[in-house]
Amino acid sequence: MKKFMNSADDFLKESLQGFGAAHQDIVNCNYDPNFITRATPTKEGKVALISGGGSGHEPMHGGLVGYGMLDAACPGFVFSSPTPDQMLAAVEKVDSGAGVLFIVKNYSGDVMNFQMAAEMMQGPNESVLTNDDVAVEDSSFTTGRRGVAATVVVEKIVGSLAEHGGSLQECKALGDKVNKNSGSMGVAFSSCTVPAAGKPNFDIGDDEMEFGVGIHGEPGRRRDKMKSAQEITNELLEAINEDLKPEANEEILLFVNGMGGTPLTELYLIYDNAKNMLDKKNINISRSLVGNFCTSLEMQGASITLTKLDEELVKHWDSNVHTAAMRWGM
Amino acid sequence: MSVNFLIHRAKEIQAVIDANASEIEKLDQEIGDGDHIFNVQRGIKLVIELEAVIKDLPMSKALNQIAMKVLSGIGGSSGALFGTLFMTMAKGNDIDNGVDYKKAIEIFADGVEAVKQRGKADVGEKTMMDVLIPVSNCLKKGVDDNKDVKEILKEAIEVAEKGMFSTKDLLATKGRASFLGERAKGHIDPGARSSQLMIKTVCESVLNS
Repeated sequence: MKKFMNSADDFLKESLQGFGAAHQDIVNCNYDPNFITRATPTKEGKVALISGGGSGHEPMHGGLVGYGMLDAACPGFVFSSPTPDQMLAAVEKVDSGAGVLFIVKNYSGDVMNFQMAAEMMQGPNESVLTNDDVAVEDSSFTTGRRGVAATVVVEKIVGSLAEHGGSLQECKALGDKVNKNSGSMGVAFSSCTVPAAGKPNFDIGDDEMEFGVGIHGEPGRRRDKMKSAQEITNELLEAINEDLKPEANEEILLFVNGMGGTPLTELYLIYDNAKNMLDKKNINISRSLVGNFCTSLEMQGASITLTKLDEELVKHWDSNVHTAAMRWGM
Repeated sequence: MSVNFLIHRAKEIQAVIDANASEIEKLDQEIGDGDHIFNVQRGIKLVIELEAVIKDLPMSKALNQIAMKVLSGIGGSSGALFGTLFMTMAKGNDIDNGVDYKKAIEIFADGVEAVKQRGKADVGEKTMMDVLIPVSNCLKKGVDDNKDVKEILKEAIEVAEKGMFSTKDLLATKGRASFLGERAKGHIDPGARSSQLMIKTVCESVLNS
């Protein structure tokens, strides 16, 4: 294992400290229990958005805390769900009285721990459960489909609604709508290593790829031999389209997400190849996002997310945002 | 059942789990991801370390402290499931005024039911529920049938063992082993084994007291 680390025990703490120091104008990191809030308090009457999950997927979710997105994020240990004491401490800090919306990726550990936090907290709360990964119905860490990169889209769009005065119920409904209108699928060329484990999460040959991989390297649909970028892109899009069924001339967001170990050069190449295919189907790419947002440590690979857009979603996608990982309009 | 009782049983469980650690670890490496034994050992250690904090507390508060400790200290799905067990037991009616064996069985059964809801797993899915649910049912039935407490506990030990062995031929549909499909067959579930050992330890300890 080659990693920038001093000890497995201090890995997360030092990374959080660096994140907090580098972005002190945007966020505030709290320790024991670990949670990240905005540098400025949630304004009165605004629904507070709290997300979280295992670490190792940065910038998700800490990098998505800030104006127009999350109010707080709870990072668990690497690839391990956060615990209710973290959520409760975050609630304490950011709940302004208008209620709390938890945004949770569908992974068993995350679901159970957020559920417990919701039961234990005082005051109104709702949860949006993302399950955009079309690859497999159940997998090694999940009952039902996995929640992956579309969580970023949910957090952006609902974050905007909350910023503009949306009620708890409205935010919950919009979050569910974005999730339902989104589909994702990923592919991995190499494995990833959890610092505490010290060895790769799975084995994969030099000429192989895991098609439909999960964000912890959990198995997808099949193990394939390497193919051309256009072929891989087509297969990912076909799998998503089969589920999402976008119609001709329908507006979509095309989001090409890196898993951590694939250069932007290749992500833009995927974007080009995806555009080729979507153009042929007359699907209208009206918004785009390319970059490393929902990563899997140093895994080489990428995922594609499509979100079907309407006027409301476009408006909230375009609105101002200022987080460590996404910033436009301000 | 007193707080002192809980602490002593935790210490006995620690000894039994440690003695069987390599077997449990091997079971988990075959069908899981190998971390179950560490989670269990860490959880028990955290509970024992709470001794000074909880020994003079009323039962409900002590159980709640245990719940919060395993919840944050083990983390993941295991922390949530064991946290749910103790948190539900802590809510037992009138438990601060003494817990006899009937009350202990009642709150344990409530806890197991809550764990079942939390994990959405039932008997026959190759998890620790294949031990906990039959044991809970056996204990409740024993009380309903007015059986002698020693009879009930002896039966529970047998039911736990039967439940544990039943996971060997099951196909996993929940938890880590579920991805393996047919490949998980022929292996005892590590969570079923560790919970069976815990049940056996507590029951035998009461029988020998």
